[in-house]
Amino acid sequence: MTFSTAFHSDTTRQQADAWRRQTSLRRFYTALGVGLLLVAMFATMWFADEANAGHFIDRLPHILDFLSWLVPKDWNDVWRALFDIASPSDKGTQEFNFPLGRVYIWDGFYIPEYFELMLTTVNVALVSTFIGFVFAVPFSFVAARNLTPNPVLRLVVKRFMELLRAFPEIVIAGLFAAIVSIGPVAAIIAIGLHSIGALGKLFYEINENIDMRPEEGLRAVGANWFERVRFADLPQVLPNFMSYTLLRIEINVRISTIMGAVGGGGIGEELKLAISRGFGAKTLALVLLLFITIFLVDQFSAWLRRKLVGEQAFLMSA
Amino acid sequence: MAAMTADELSAIEDRHPQIFQRPAYKRFWPLLLVAGTVLYLGYALWFFSLPQVLRESHWERLPLFLSQWISYDLQPEFRLDQPEITPKYPRFSALGENPDPDWVIKNSDGTFTVHIDGSAKSVTFDKSRAAITANGVTVPISLTGGKPVVTGPVPDWVTVHEDEIVAKLGFAGEVRVTVDRVKVRKRFLGWANFVFDTRSPFFGKPAGEVISLIVSGPELKPGTSNLALAAANIWNNAQWQHGDVWTKLLQTIVMAFLGTLLGGIVAFPLAFFAARNITPSGVLGQVLKRFFDFMRSVDMLIWALFFTRAFGPGPLAGSAAIFFTEIGTLGKTYSEALENIDDKPREGVLSTGANGILVQRYGVLPEVVPVFISQTLYQWESNTRGATIIGAVGAGGIGLKLWEAMRTNSNWANVFYMVLLTLLVVFIFDNISNFLRRRLSRTLHDYNRLQAERG
Repeated sequence: MTFSTAFHSDTTRQQADAWRRQTSLRRFYTALGVGLLLVAMFATMWFADEANAGHFIDRLPHILDFLSWLVPKDWNDVWRALFDIASPSDKGTQEFNFPLGRVYIWDGFYIPEYFELMLTTVNVALVSTFIGFVFAVPFSFVAARNLTPNPVLRLVVKRFMELLRAFPEIVIAGLFAAIVSIGPVAAIIAIGLHSIGALGKLFYEINENIDMRPEEGLRAVGANWFERVRFADLPQVLPNFMSYTLLRIEINVRISTIMGAVGGGGIGEELKLAISRGFGAKTLALVLLLFITIFLVDQFSAWLRRKLVGEQAFLMSA
Repeated sequence: MAAMTADELSAIEDRHPQIFQRPAYKRFWPLLLVAGTVLYLGYALWFFSLPQVLRESHWERLPLFLSQWISYDLQPEFRLDQPEITPKYPRFSALGENPDPDWVIKNSDGTFTVHIDGSAKSVTFDKSRAAITANGVTVPISLTGGKPVVTGPVPDWVTVHEDEIVAKLGFAGEVRVTVDRVKVRKRFLGWANFVFDTRSPFFGKPAGEVISLIVSGPELKPGTSNLALAAANIWNNAQWQHGDVWTKLLQTIVMAFLGTLLGGIVAFPLAFFAARNITPSGVLGQVLKRFFDFMRSVDMLIWALFFTRAFGPGPLAGSAAIFFTEIGTLGKTYSEALENIDDKPREGVLSTGANGILVQRYGVLPEVVPVFISQTLYQWESNTRGATIIGAVGAGGIGLKLWEAMRTNSNWANVFYMVLLTLLVVFIFDNISNFLRRRLSRTLHDYNRLQAERG
């Protein structure tokens, strides 16, 4: 090209060389990084496969066998299992004893077992999120750099919240299962403690990003710490707090399901039982109920968050 | 400051009607929210029958369990109905096969003295009498009358039962005396036999001796070097199961890493088809987005249970569960990031006549890759924590081991050991991920600044 020859002075060539060197180095690093990642991936795949009871290649052809028990003989049994209606295939075995779990409220009116279990799981999530919120709010004010000048106090509260966040929930649940008996209350305590840490961290980060002018105004008229926090900080952060709390409810519904599977009561326990024993109709009914509930909770919370803080509500969070 | 007159007050009120005269629903909704919450909590109180649960709970166990996290006890028993009094230890006691602790003393007059907390808390006994010393008092007990009798006043830390006298000595332990035996529980701070268990030839040797043995000692087991022997002994420590614990911990880390990485790899191309500004076809986008929602809503637990049944328990099941959940989560966040990009670089590349893939590579990728990586790291971090829990349902990793150690209610020191390791792992991975994300956000920041400077 005649166009480019005009620019072939020494400086441009040097610049081009420098650029090429720079990009080739960068490409080399990128390739190295991707290569290492791939090596790590295959190594860990091999490791996971070795340590597993069944191996991937051996089990792969049997995946469909495994799915076959899921398909019920009579699809209506899924509805019957969901609403505790007696099934014609009921021979007294656990697989089809649907009406046994009915929870009678009065006379003939009952709540189907799975709905009651789902309610337990959701209630565990709600109560533990409430516990998390109630404690995380004051902690977050104490942990925020701009609101609490005392560095020691701040550090103590921050570390405490970090500990709560990182402490494995099942250990807290297991500890309290031995104290308050196995069941949903131990799960509430475990998830609640975890929520304090998780929400507290998000909250204090919000607190540290507020506009300090209202706070200065209140300080100028002689307001004390509580008044400043209440009238300058809280109105700014409350919508964000609520948004993160709603997000936490979504996460906690999931955790409380898992907790159920390890003895925390609620739907997780029943699901684990149904899958491990291969009760197709019951499993499908439970999965359906759980799926719909989680979906609805997510959608409702997303809608509410959009109303509260707009599109920025959809940042990721722990 | 001078007080304001009524006119000034009303003038301010008139100027800011949106603050002083708000509609009723706006003024009362916080109140309604609070009332609703209180009502709900009342309902929850009833639903979980909380008063009853709390009444029947055993809070006295909490300090006991917590103290077991960081301590262990030894329980020598002395039979008094044998011809000669000899201390007996439980079979798998932390002292090994031939225990001869220096806190059990055989006195020259034939009596035994056991120091529970130095000589300040101790018990001395022979076949006919015992004396428990603690808190500055000595309580003499006569054992001759067919049942143990305290001769003298009974302090409040001693409980007299029908045929047994129990002295609780706080954290240090306790003494139980009957006519035919004395049972002592002595509590030690720390973890017993953490390095070598009682079967190891290195057991009970001070650290200096162990090191000199490893460096230059004669081979304790012919054919293996002392270093290899020591390593094998530590790895296979029967009480602490270091080898198993560390392997399981590695499994947990692998599950989170593999699941997140594979999820990211699958979600990456799908997100381009799901983003409405990149793929014009609305149908495909909607289908993919519902698919992401489905993968997320089915929940990690359900996937974990399914894959545990399909592949058998182990880290493969856990990785697969995290992988499936992450397709949903990462797919959703990736496609949202794609939908929020600045369209100008893309249009620029498009105007040069580049084909579809080149447009994505040079017009879209540079903008979203830091965001993608940052979100993937975030998920990795949170999955490292989540992998512990799903392990408990059999999906591999340390979760199951933790859960099993807790079930017996007697292995709290082991539980605490695993908790500490888990905390350490979470801490390390949090920091790696935070560091990488900070580096990335700096790149993003620099990029934005450069853009701004160029105008």
